[in-house]
Amino acid sequence: MKGTDGGASRARILARVRRALADVPAHERPRDHPVARDYLRVHGRRSPAESAALLAAHLADYRARVHRCGADGLPRLLRDLLAERGARRVVVPAGPPEEWLAGAPVERVPDSPALTPYDLDAVDAVVTGCALAIAETGTLVLDGGPGQGRRRVTLVPDHHICVVRTADQIVDSVPQALERLDPLRPLTWVSGPSATSDIELDRVEGVHGPRLLDVVLVADAAG
Amino acid sequence: MVQRPPRVALHITCVNDTLYPRTGRAVVTLLERLGVRVDFPMAQTCCGQPFLNSGYRRRAEPLVRRHAAAFRGYDHVVTPSGSCAAMVREQHPRVAARSGDDGLTAAVAEVASRTYELTEYLVDVLGVTDVGAHYPHTVTYHPTCHGLRTLGLGDRPRRLLEHVKGLELRELPGAEECCGFGGTFAVKNPAVSAAMGRDKARAVTATGARALCAVDNSCLMHIGGVLTRQGSPVRPVHLAEILAATEGDAR
Amino acid sequence: MSGPVPLGMPAFPDAAAVSTRDARLRATLRHATRTIRAKRGAAVAELDDWRQLRAAAAAVKDRTLRHLDHHLVRLEERVTAAGGTVHWAADADEANRIVTALVRETGEREVLKVKSMTTQETGLNAALAEAGVRAYETDLAELIVQLGDDLPSHLLVPAIHRGRSEIRGIFRDRMADWGRPAPAGLTDRPADLAEAARLHLREKFLRARVAVSGANFMVAETGTLVVVESEGNGRMCLTLPETLISVVGIEKVVPTWRDLEVYLQLLPRSSTAERMNPYTSMWTGTTDGDGPRAFHLVLLDNGRTDTLADAVGRQVLRCIRCSACLNVCPVYERAGGHAYGSPYPGPIGAVLTPQLRGTASALEESLPFASSLCGACYEVCPVAIDIPEVLLHLRERVAEGGEATVRGVRAVVRPARRHALERGLMAAAGLTLQHPGALRSGQRLAARLRRLRPRRLPGPGRAWTDSRDLPEVPEESFRDWWARTRGGASS
Repeated sequence: MKGTDGGASRARILARVRRALADVPAHERPRDHPVARDYLRVHGRRSPAESAALLAAHLADYRARVHRCGADGLPRLLRDLLAERGARRVVVPAGPPEEWLAGAPVERVPDSPALTPYDLDAVDAVVTGCALAIAETGTLVLDGGPGQGRRRVTLVPDHHICVVRTADQIVDSVPQALERLDPLRPLTWVSGPSATSDIELDRVEGVHGPRLLDVVLVADAAG
Repeated sequence: MVQRPPRVALHITCVNDTLYPRTGRAVVTLLERLGVRVDFPMAQTCCGQPFLNSGYRRRAEPLVRRHAAAFRGYDHVVTPSGSCAAMVREQHPRVAARSGDDGLTAAVAEVASRTYELTEYLVDVLGVTDVGAHYPHTVTYHPTCHGLRTLGLGDRPRRLLEHVKGLELRELPGAEECCGFGGTFAVKNPAVSAAMGRDKARAVTATGARALCAVDNSCLMHIGGVLTRQGSPVRPVHLAEILAATEGDAR
Repeated sequence: MSGPVPLGMPAFPDAAAVSTRDARLRATLRHATRTIRAKRGAAVAELDDWRQLRAAAAAVKDRTLRHLDHHLVRLEERVTAAGGTVHWAADADEANRIVTALVRETGEREVLKVKSMTTQETGLNAALAEAGVRAYETDLAELIVQLGDDLPSHLLVPAIHRGRSEIRGIFRDRMADWGRPAPAGLTDRPADLAEAARLHLREKFLRARVAVSGANFMVAETGTLVVVESEGNGRMCLTLPETLISVVGIEKVVPTWRDLEVYLQLLPRSSTAERMNPYTSMWTGTTDGDGPRAFHLVLLDNGRTDTLADAVGRQVLRCIRCSACLNVCPVYERAGGHAYGSPYPGPIGAVLTPQLRGTASALEESLPFASSLCGACYEVCPVAIDIPEVLLHLRERVAEGGEATVRGVRAVVRPARRHALERGLMAAAGLTLQHPGALRSGQRLAARLRRLRPRRLPGPGRAWTDSRDLPEVPEESFRDWWARTRGGASS
């Protein structure tokens, strides 16, 4: 409220709201108006393997590339994915990605608040984990936790490789995802590479966010 | 309780009464053929739709009152108009509620709950889909907006048409799109209404059907007016007239 | 709603009379809306519980609106506790003043903008320009509109009225005036156009110090804001600058974190026909070392409390700006978005604009009539706004007058003067229909004159006969036939 004469407007707007709601009974409390939550928590029943397959299929629908491997094969796969595009400088947030890329023949750029947008624009790729993934919608959610870095590191570089542990990071539905997430952390939901429908309402991939999204589903929790 | 035949009233609608009496006569022919005796309460005039849809709720209110009085006491009220049925069932209760007259609210609720659009009456109440009609022509069907979305007529009209002998049904592309009539919309927004009407009429003509049928003559008046202006050979005909036709009528 | 309402904006029918003749516009809109209609249908059909989700979405919004003051105060507490600053703006001018002052405090002369309906509504860009601050739109469609000195014509895709070849022309001719020019040899392939926008905007993103956004949702219990987008321009603006200013309508609040589970399922499928949009950002105040160091939330009224005061019209405040109603509307498809004279076109605009701005001018007064009442909008609306019901309600306000709240004050709206002739006709017709005998006389008179069926009518009747033939008047009305053949058999 500081910096402007908002005190007066605050009072005015709240008074207008209260006058506008004169028809709402005085005894009604904010939660009294009924909301039937008879919609589904999950659409269908799936085994963990089926959930992983659905996640993979839906990510692929958005033109994300989906790969699968065991924990042992992860470093090798990441090396190949980076080499395929000739990536030389790679952002590596603190946490598991440091280990995954320990032997990779690339320059590892640690995430730090000192990295400017210009610095990030000069790297080729970023490798992160995630907080969770949602099978029904083909969505990865990042919350800035270990191995995920600040929001900007998965935004400015043109190639994002995101690793999902199939054993404990896949949920089926949006309601399940929200239950597990902490709203006080900055959250980024990613469903495929950046895209637009702004030209004749037809979807094309590749605008401002990473144009290439590789998702690696790691089958073994040990990774 | 002694079984007595239901008392059935025909709500003909002002448009049919004035401009399309043959549709009303067809409904009478059809229902009588199916063993239903219908009554036509002379006190009926207009359900008030043109007034309400133009913003004149207060002008519509006396007509709502008149309608409820005219059809009081009947077991069923049948109307060959999707939009007038929708008006009676959806809007009359709202108008009555706004009037603050509890007597009107009760009277309106009574009539609304007993009002059926013709195809609903045939399929749901009489339980027939084969009405013994004969109409040896190609026909395309336009589901009008109030029939489709407000009443939810679904496939009732289509099931009735499929049982008409000699009739060949042609699919109408984009059938669920509004024809652009919309009551006073047709004259308040003539450019958009005409553009919608022309698109609908072109789609109708392209089916190659001889007749365009619907459950509402007001929409047919608009599409038909565009069809003749475009020089199209397709003729508009109310569904009731097809269902009333028999071998003897075939020319 | 105050804000940039060009004076003398034509009434909808006049604007539409011109735009419906624009064959290229018609073809572009037809193609775009039909493409998305079919896709939306498929995306919605995937969820068995769509009906229940829709009902819950409406109920949560109604629950919120019924205690909006409570939720706004709670939101303010939470945002403040999380390091943000909350400002309150009663109208567009106040919102613009607040934002301008905040930008000035940073010392910057340019701001980046995420696509935001509210700042279109307030005319923020013009207000900033007057203060010497240049605002760059970063959403692809908003960029096309800005470069083309144009107005938005769709909620989701403001440049929907532009086809790919027009977009190429705008990029080629205008990008250089705003920064990096379009690449040489730019084609009209959508992918190339998207690439051109990427190159043009990247330097702006990298140097950005201040950004202005809106928000799709605000969660009262946590103070979290949510922005749903596709391109990544939103993420750029929400995370790279040092100062973030979000201008959000007060109706965008929902009570709980859990409530998002409903809207995040409904919005993408209704809007872009996707299971989920490419990017969704959620933030609560500020986070050390990650994202802007200063966060300002400007809560905007600008006619929303007036709308809230109307028990029928209030449901319009449920709107989540998905644009499904535009994409399915046959009137929007023919007339185009500009005819609605506001940043909110289509069916939702026809019920929102006259409530936010009032019905005093020719344009706003005509909007409730810009519909054939076909009901397709209500059918697809993910928050179940009964748009036809609100249209009828607003038509009544225009035709007969009635009570309305204008800038917080309860007022009696007088019947519109332009409807005087119509009112007279309606009165006469209403009187006739009260007397079946009079109706009968009229029908008989018409039958006697039936041979005089003109191809063109004079005066107001021209609106019918300009494009359609008149129906033939029958020799005998149904009423007379019945009396003649069954006379006396009925009541």
